[in-house]
Amino acid sequence: MSHSISLRVNGETRAISVHDPRVTLLDLLRETLDLTGAKKGCDRGQCGACTVLVDGRRVNSCLILAVACDGADVLTVEGLAAGPALHPVQAAFVEHDALQCGFCTPGQIMSAVGLILEGRADDAERVREAMSGNLCRCGAYAGITQAVLAAQRQLAEARTGAAA
Amino acid sequence: MTPFAYRRAGSVAEAIAAAEHGAAILAGGTNLLDLMKGDVVRPTQIVDIARVPGLRDIEFLPDGAVRIGALVRNSDLAHHETFAANFPAVAEALLSGASAQLRNAATVGGNLMQRTRCSYFYDRSSACNRRDPGAGCDARDGENRLHAVLGWSEHCIATHPSDFCVPLVAFDAVVEIAGGQGPREVALADFHLLPGATPQRETVLAPGELIVAVRLPAAGAGFAGHARYLKIRERTSYAFAVVSAAAALRFENGAIAAARIALGGVAAKPWRAPAAEAALVGRKPDPAAFAAAAGLALAGAQPSGDNEFKIELARRLVARALRVAAAGTPARPAALPGSVLDMGAAA
Repeated sequence: MSHSISLRVNGETRAISVHDPRVTLLDLLRETLDLTGAKKGCDRGQCGACTVLVDGRRVNSCLILAVACDGADVLTVEGLAAGPALHPVQAAFVEHDALQCGFCTPGQIMSAVGLILEGRADDAERVREAMSGNLCRCGAYAGITQAVLAAQRQLAEARTGAAA
Repeated sequence: MTPFAYRRAGSVAEAIAAAEHGAAILAGGTNLLDLMKGDVVRPTQIVDIARVPGLRDIEFLPDGAVRIGALVRNSDLAHHETFAANFPAVAEALLSGASAQLRNAATVGGNLMQRTRCSYFYDRSSACNRRDPGAGCDARDGENRLHAVLGWSEHCIATHPSDFCVPLVAFDAVVEIAGGQGPREVALADFHLLPGATPQRETVLAPGELIVAVRLPAAGAGFAGHARYLKIRERTSYAFAVVSAAAALRFENGAIAAARIALGGVAAKPWRAPAAEAALVGRKPDPAAFAAAAGLALAGAQPSGDNEFKIELARRLVARALRVAAAGTPARPAALPGSVLDMGAAA
């Protein structure tokens, strides 16, 4: 039986027919919506490469059924940048050399965006702990930690500036 | 993954009706989908309870107890300010488990219902009495250094992997259950079953029953000043416990007035240690008292394979958990929840 769902993906509302309930949110994004930023690493919730935000919270899109997401607001790495301007987390990853091969990077970035929204990881130790659901085979962890802290500072300053 | 029919339940009654007809219950999905992808379980019907109203609240009851809806996400409970202030060891256990992404999806009810991570249970080509009753247990003569040291049987030596359940059982949590025969309540201590000859029976839930809430009696909050959860893992974050311990103390006039101790990673259920608790009452919080209690907590422990080290490891962890609990719950949650690498001077 086909299921009709509505998803808001990167700000755009989409009506989608899910023909097989086994389809995960990750597969829907990649195979149906051509959003290949979220990566299929382990496909079992262990590596974090598929991390996206659902209703503002970071989750493993490989462990969520697409049909269960009806009405959800999904943000993927493709929806982060405002036109040609990189999102501060993306810019910080470039600035701090927070990647090598890049496969895990979209998941790392979305996880970092989620972490910053949560607002609890304010030092390197807490950032490492809060990012432990994202594995990086190249071992770019030192740069990732620096990038997350730098982007977090910058976003906090931007908020303070906007409020002033 | 085996094909299945999907439907969404609009009420607890609808979920019960579907489950009575054999549907698997889907909430956060973090364990169920993983098991389905591995063909460990093959439901042909799924009932999604994520939108059932009334199961998402954290309520503080007039008698001081807290009632946690089955669909409350792990992260929401751990970061609920009042809850974490009253039950810091429960919050610490939650935050020591899984990853931030998984904690954002995983639910309270699902945590209790999660299956063992025994690799033979997960591997369809291995014999497993828990997965296929009567098939045998390849873990008995296999890689079993992480398996049970308490309450195991010849039929199954798997452990229950939950962190959350360990302090819950220490604080006398009660599981609220709904089913076709009406609601009932079961102490968490009695909710999970030891394997015996029927390891396929993991909990007391009958077909069609589901967890609607977990309740923590008020008394547990009386330990808030001295409550910790410690967890030995093979890496500092995002790993299941080799062994874990919840310890909580209440003092009167410098002596221990009451103690709560439970262990994780040692048995097919969260393991309460009442004799160890009783032995601490009236004692000063000193190393001799903690060592004696730790010995009692592991009384009767037996290796089920290459895991004799876990018994001594668990003993030392209980003593250490009591020591850090005595030193006091930290004002700010630990940077590395449950980690023995983050105990400061107290460790």
